[in-house]
Amino acid sequence: MNLTVFALTGAALVGLGVYGLIARVHMLRRIMAFNLIGSGLFLFFGAAGARGVGLDPIPQALIITGIVVALSASALAVGLVVALARSSGTACLPDEAGDT
Amino acid sequence: MSLVLDMALCALILGVGLATVAGHGVFRAVIFFITYGLLLAIGWARLGAYDVALAEAAISAGLTGVLLLAAHGRLRRLRAAEEAPLRPNLPAALVATGIALALGWAWFALPDPTAPDLTAALPQSGVGNPVTAVLLNFRAWDTLLEAIILLAALIGLWMLARDRAWDNPLGLRYHARAGGVMASFGRVLPPIGLIFGIYLVWAGAEMTGGAFQGGTVLAAVCLVSIMADVLPAPRIAQPAWRLALVFGPGVFLLSGVAGAVFAQGFLALPPELAKPAIVTIEAALTLSIAVTLVLLVIGPPDEGGQDA
Amino acid sequence: MADIATYVLTGLGLVFFIAGTVGLIRFPDQFSRLHALTKGDNLGLGFIALGVAFQTETWAQVAMLLLIWGLALLAAGTVSQLVARAAVSESQKP
Repeated sequence: MNLTVFALTGAALVGLGVYGLIARVHMLRRIMAFNLIGSGLFLFFGAAGARGVGLDPIPQALIITGIVVALSASALAVGLVVALARSSGTACLPDEAGDT
Repeated sequence: MSLVLDMALCALILGVGLATVAGHGVFRAVIFFITYGLLLAIGWARLGAYDVALAEAAISAGLTGVLLLAAHGRLRRLRAAEEAPLRPNLPAALVATGIALALGWAWFALPDPTAPDLTAALPQSGVGNPVTAVLLNFRAWDTLLEAIILLAALIGLWMLARDRAWDNPLGLRYHARAGGVMASFGRVLPPIGLIFGIYLVWAGAEMTGGAFQGGTVLAAVCLVSIMADVLPAPRIAQPAWRLALVFGPGVFLLSGVAGAVFAQGFLALPPELAKPAIVTIEAALTLSIAVTLVLLVIGPPDEGGQDA
Repeated sequence: MADIATYVLTGLGLVFFIAGTVGLIRFPDQFSRLHALTKGDNLGLGFIALGVAFQTETWAQVAMLLLIWGLALLAAGTVSQLVARAAVSESQKP
């Protein structure tokens, strides 16, 4: 029962992240929304891996790998956003900056 | 009772997640995102996944938080930190609800778990922490490629630097007053953090901890030292930093090749040598992970006056 | 006996946390907010650590709790100083 609570929380976090990724135009917000999707999936996956007898270490190891990769992707994304802001003066994509 | 606790925790996680997406202001969203990572770490501890809890708190809340705060600072200097208020977006809400509902349905449709039982294989791996055994022995491929992904992300980040900024110190310039609070903090914390980081790596063989968690703590120590002006900001061209970047993946690759020559195959560890091999690889990997994370978080060279 | 001490001390710690949080929300300017937050939370964390210390089995665990409290004190003190200085320089700018 407790695992179901965590898994459904993970599913809801993925939904939240998807909404933020589409609806928010500021790119820093989108990076955070993307991280929400990732961590929601990790939570879902981790809860699924905890269902058997004892805790399965393989999902845990994969989640740790995923967390580190998510950080490196976020760092690259932040670098791109700063470069975008430096060249265009805004941290929103050009075709979306107009309709905000 | 524990169910009530878990539900309250999940409600908090969801509430803070919602504030990250829908709250006013980018800066506030960053703060909520850091809080979200810490709450999620408590959630992982509730699930019994202590290794993941440590990684989540250190990497998702700590380092990502520093990264986002620094990014917000840079964007504010470029006058790009403002944003339009959130307008309700019905198609996005429909898509998001659909995905969340599909995932929720998938949870109840999951087949019963048939995970392989690692307890029989664990003595072969040379370490007592099953997560470390998976990371560095049974699925060493994943970890090796992950170390290379980190390196690739860093190279990608450096390619964003302009030619004239190539030799500048990396990251934003920090001004810590000599003898001030930050300067003394930068002198008090590193010794404790160094011991704690190395302990986490060493203990990771048998208990909770490991190269990633320990490396993140060391990276945090290094970042605090740079912000407090105790350590000079690194530059791209400095050979010592470059050597530290490739040292871990290099040792890992060499041990993998040695496994191919002397043992059953690439990255295979013979059981009698497994423990010393894993500890050696972890030590080398920790150094490289720490340095890569520091350089990823502080970002490409500052362009000085160009930003202002 | 040890359980009662834990209940009382962690309860007291929670009271301090709640007081600090109320101060954070209700106080008018940044300095009094910082004051409420750091004082209340540091004391609250101290009481909670003390309460949990009654549940430990070895002295090493007590030492770890003490270390956690000390590190949190150090970090909270430093951060509140830095936030306060940022607030001062912000208020002098315009």
